[in-house]
Formats: sequence, structure tokens, C-alpha cells
Amino acid sequence: MEHKSIITKKEISLRNFFFQWEWMLVLIFIVINVINSNLSPYYLDAAQLLDATMAFLDKAFIVLPMTFVIILGDIDISVASTVALSAVIMAVIYNHGVSMVIAMIICLLVGTVCGFINGYLIVKFKELSAVIVTLSTMIIYRGIAYIILKDQAAGKFPTWYQFLGWGKIWGIPLILIVFVIFAILFGLLLHRTTFGRRVYAMGNNITACRFSGVEVDKIKVIIYTLTGFMSAVTALFLTSRMGSTRPNVAIGYELDVIAMVVLGGISTAGGKGRIIGPIISVFLIGFLRYGLGLINVPSQELLIIIGLLLIFAVMIPNLKINTKNIKFINKF
Amino acid sequence: MAEIILEKKSRILSFAKFRELGLLGFIIILAVFVQLRNPSFLTMENINDMIKNTAILSILSVGMMLVIITRGIDLSIGATLALAGMISALTVSSNPHMSPITTMLLGTAVGIVCGGIIGFLVSKTSILPIIATLGMMNVYRGLTYMVSNGRWVSANQMPASFKAIATGKILGINTLIFIAIVIYIVFFYFINYTRTGRQIYAVGSNPDSAKISGIDNEKILWMVYTIMGALAGLAGVLWVSKFASAQGDTAMGYEMNVIAACVLGGVNIAGGSGKISGIILGSLLLGILNNALPLVNVSPFWQQAIQGIIILVAVIINALVKRSVDRNNLIRRKI
Repeated sequence: MEHKSIITKKEISLRNFFFQWEWMLVLIFIVINVINSNLSPYYLDAAQLLDATMAFLDKAFIVLPMTFVIILGDIDISVASTVALSAVIMAVIYNHGVSMVIAMIICLLVGTVCGFINGYLIVKFKELSAVIVTLSTMIIYRGIAYIILKDQAAGKFPTWYQFLGWGKIWGIPLILIVFVIFAILFGLLLHRTTFGRRVYAMGNNITACRFSGVEVDKIKVIIYTLTGFMSAVTALFLTSRMGSTRPNVAIGYELDVIAMVVLGGISTAGGKGRIIGPIISVFLIGFLRYGLGLINVPSQELLIIIGLLLIFAVMIPNLKINTKNIKFINKF
Repeated sequence: MAEIILEKKSRILSFAKFRELGLLGFIIILAVFVQLRNPSFLTMENINDMIKNTAILSILSVGMMLVIITRGIDLSIGATLALAGMISALTVSSNPHMSPITTMLLGTAVGIVCGGIIGFLVSKTSILPIIATLGMMNVYRGLTYMVSNGRWVSANQMPASFKAIATGKILGINTLIFIAIVIYIVFFYFINYTRTGRQIYAVGSNPDSAKISGIDNEKILWMVYTIMGALAGLAGVLWVSKFASAQGDTAMGYEMNVIAACVLGGVNIAGGSGKISGIILGSLLLGILNNALPLVNVSPFWQQAIQGIIILVAVIINALVKRSVDRNNLIRRKI
């Protein structure tokens, strides 16, 4: 009996290797690319595709730490407001005669502080769920951005700053290079360090973690602070691409980011998923938008397609769990 | 010594029991403060305006409360509202003789379909509510643009009878307020005095034991999201009639206001608790803030931040009160 159960376990794990969510994503990714290249002769062009990555990679920076947050079983919806606030403060400070480099550092600092405040509040008031805390800080950060800049735009950045969003090194967009570096760093952090293992453990059972001596609060604060920092990185690249900034910049980014993370196979119940999934889904949604944009599909219909994709993506693994549950119940 | 502890305990307990009282106190203090700065605040006309502007928010927060009680959240209501509003506005502009009640029923029907789909996804395929509603939000928003081809339905395309929904009066009360009051009475009875209504609380506070005690969890979940959709659809018609224009981006992000009203009103986001009296006060507080801040010459750019801070402070005070109540319960157990 014991022996048999071990064998079935092995079979399942072998089968699971090929039925993993990441393979599914790769498959969808390939299908999208094949369809796109059939629909438009202009699609399969290496230089064009590389250029296209510049358009959608700005919010991808937030996807990486958001993966951590969702593995914890939490959610952070204040990221878009953090982007707006740090971009606005950077622009205003630069326009007051501070040098651009210092303004950029302050931008990163503002984002980090915003993230730290989120983390601190969530850890201090454990009765409040992360949704509520980040919902209110979302309104507050965006509100502060409006207080600072009113309804105006701020810009007139030095020309070298545009290089961040538009520049290329050996034909590869700078933003892609930076994203790959950050992706590797976050991947190592999640899958190759104790910190990462503890994040998974906390997502599965936070009480057990606390009792086994994991500094639960510290890890949470670090993760939310990282989320704030990466939002500020997004602010840097986004502002550079747009050339100016307004308080209503990046509206709706939080939902886009959460959609990408969930499509990447991270369970919102916490404790499951790998970082490669969200990274694939960033490119999947990005190329989907780009390809359908080439054949003039209006962006509103794209909304529908992405919404349905999100729901079906989550539905399929859920159905699998359901059949497992039925078997489990039948045993009794 | 024991007396002091007891006295302290009972004071805190009574405060926690009437959490709404604290909210009411806050509203009164705010009202007095605003009234001192600007005497036109507490005039009949302004109060009427204020409640009229809060009516749609309060209708939506009833549905959202039910959803949150079952441990869910509905991010799609802004999009459902826009879709129902757009479809009814398009229909009414091509058939100008349609009666307002038919229009409202049409909007509600659209909402029921939208909410029913979400309910199906949440209850039958066990997709997490936040994901299902996030996905369907995109779908409904896209559909709103598609049915209207990206155009607006503006005031001159709407018949006067349709625009009169928001300006007309029933029994001397503005229609919007009247509808909100009716909905509140119906739902107060529904969630407090009917079996199905109590089952919603049971499913929210402990899904497993609800299932074991014979409650059909899936049916309850499905029903809750359908009710939410129906209310959002109705609110869509009212919204379009009030602002006399239907656009693709109607009520974008409005779901956050509704959730904020619920949270302010003491609906526990972890599920299982929430009262009608709480959400009335919660949405009233948001309505008063929207109305009062301009009256005391607060720059419109400050309003958002002030609202956010008030929400944060309210939930933090709530948490602190709950904490001290829990601590007192522990002391009692020790004795």
C-alpha cells in the first residue's frame, strides 16, 4: 500500500512536469506569436520586436516584487499611486533646480518610503488586511501627488534622461537589459536563498512560521519596501519615456500587474508559483497587445481578450484541483 | 481596583458594540465644524443635494457589503454599472417613448446577467473573487466601448422622461433617495429576518461549518454576486440619468469608493460581519466629505488625500478598539 502510493506520487510528479503552468504559458506565447506573424507580415522582425518591448516593460518592474507579495497571500494595490507620487516628486524637485541625478535618487527614496509605510502599517495592525491598508494608502499617495502638482504636468528633463526609456545598447533596449538583470536578481532571491524559502513558508502557514522562529514581520516589511522601490524604478522609466509627468499617470497599473502575476500561475491564496511564470506572462500580454495593435484591433477589444485570458488561465488549474478533491472525498 | 477594571471594560465594550455610534459622533463633529465655517452647509437644500449625491454610492455599498460578508470582493461593479447604463441609454435614445420603469428594469436585467456570470465563475469554478471580477471588469468595460462604438450618449439624445428619473420626486422625496431608502428597507429585512439572509452571514463567517450544516454555499455565493450585479445595473441607469450622459469610462474606479464606504461602515473584509446601519453611515461620511470640503474652501486637490487619511484613521481606530476589547476578554477569562 505504502509502496503503491509512492509510485503514484512519482507518476503524478512526472506528468506534472510537462503539465506545468509555465509550459502552458510558453505554449500560449508561441501560439500568439504564430497567429500574430500570420496576421501581419510586419510582426516577425527582430528589431521591431525588441522595440516593442520598450512599450510594455515599464510596468513589468512591479510584477517582480508583486510576485513576492502574492506568494505571501497578500496583495498591494497602492503601486500605481506610488509610481505617480515618486514621479511627481522627482519632476517637481528637478524643476526647482536640483540636479537630475539627485532627483532620480530622491524618486527611488520616495518609492521606498511609500513601500515601507505600507509594510509597517500592515505589520503593526495585523487585524487589517493588506487590501484595506494599501487601498487607503493608494488614495493617500495619489492625493499627495495631486496636492503637489495640482492638475498640471511637469517635465523639461535633460536630454540624456530620455536615454533611460528610449536608449539602446548594441541594438538592445536599455529597459530590456535592466529588466532582465532585475528578473535574475529577484529569481535568485526567491528560489536560491533562505529568504525566498521563508516567503513560500509564510504564504503557506504564517502562524507556523512565526512559531518556528522566522522573523515574519521583518520579511513582510522588506517585501513591501521592495515593492515600493520597484514602483519607483517604474516611475523612472515611465517618466523618461513620456518626457513629462502628471498626477494621474499610471492609473490602473495595479490591476494590470496583478493580472500578469496571476496569469503567471501565482496562486492568490499564497505559497504557490514560480517567478518565471509572471515573467513569461509579461511578454505574453505585451506581444499580444503589440501584435493585435499591428492589425488594428481596437484597445477596447483587447481589454476583453485579456480579461477572458485571465479567467480561463485561472479556471483550468482550478478544475484540476476540483477533480482531485472529488477523488479525495470518494476515498471516505 | 476590580471596579475600575470592570468600569473600563464595560466602557470599551459598549463603545465596540456601538461602533456606529463612534462613526456617528465623527460625522456630527465634522458637521458642526463645517457648519461653523460655512453656514450654508446645514440648509435643507444642501442636505437634500448631499443625500442625493450619496444615493448611488449607498445603493452599491449594500451589494458590496453582501459580497464582502461572504469573504469576497467585487471589482467589476464600475464596469457593470457603465455597461448597464450604456445599454439602457442607447435603448432609450432609439425608443424615446419607453417608460422610465422599463428602462430601470432593462438596466437591472443587464446587471443580473453580468453579476450572474461572475457568480458562476466564483461559485462553480472556484476562481478567487478578486481574479474573477478583475477579469470580468476588463470584459465588461470592453463591451461598453463596443456596444457604443466608443461614442457618448449625450443629454440631447435622451428623452426628458429618462432624465426626469434623477430629478423627479416620489412622495415629496427625490427619486434617487426614494429608491435608495426602499432598497435599504428591503435589504435590512432580507439580511436580518429571512433564512437566506442569515445564511449569507453563516457562509461568510465559516464556510466549512456552513456547508456541513446543510447550507448550499455555491447557491449563496451565486446569489450574492447576482444581487451585486442587479444593484450595479440599477445604479447604472440612475447614474446615466443623473449625469445625463453615458460614456465608455463611466464610473471608472468607482468600486474603490464603494469598498471604502463599506470598510468605513465597519464591514469586516475578512468576512462574516457587517451591518446595514454601518454602511449607511459609511457612505454618508464619504458623501459629507465630498460635499463639505469644497464648502470650507479646501482646494479640490486636497480632497483625495484627506479622504484617504480619514479612511486609514477610521480602520486603524477600529483595529485598536477591537484589540483592547480582545485584551479585556482575556482579563475576564483569567479571573
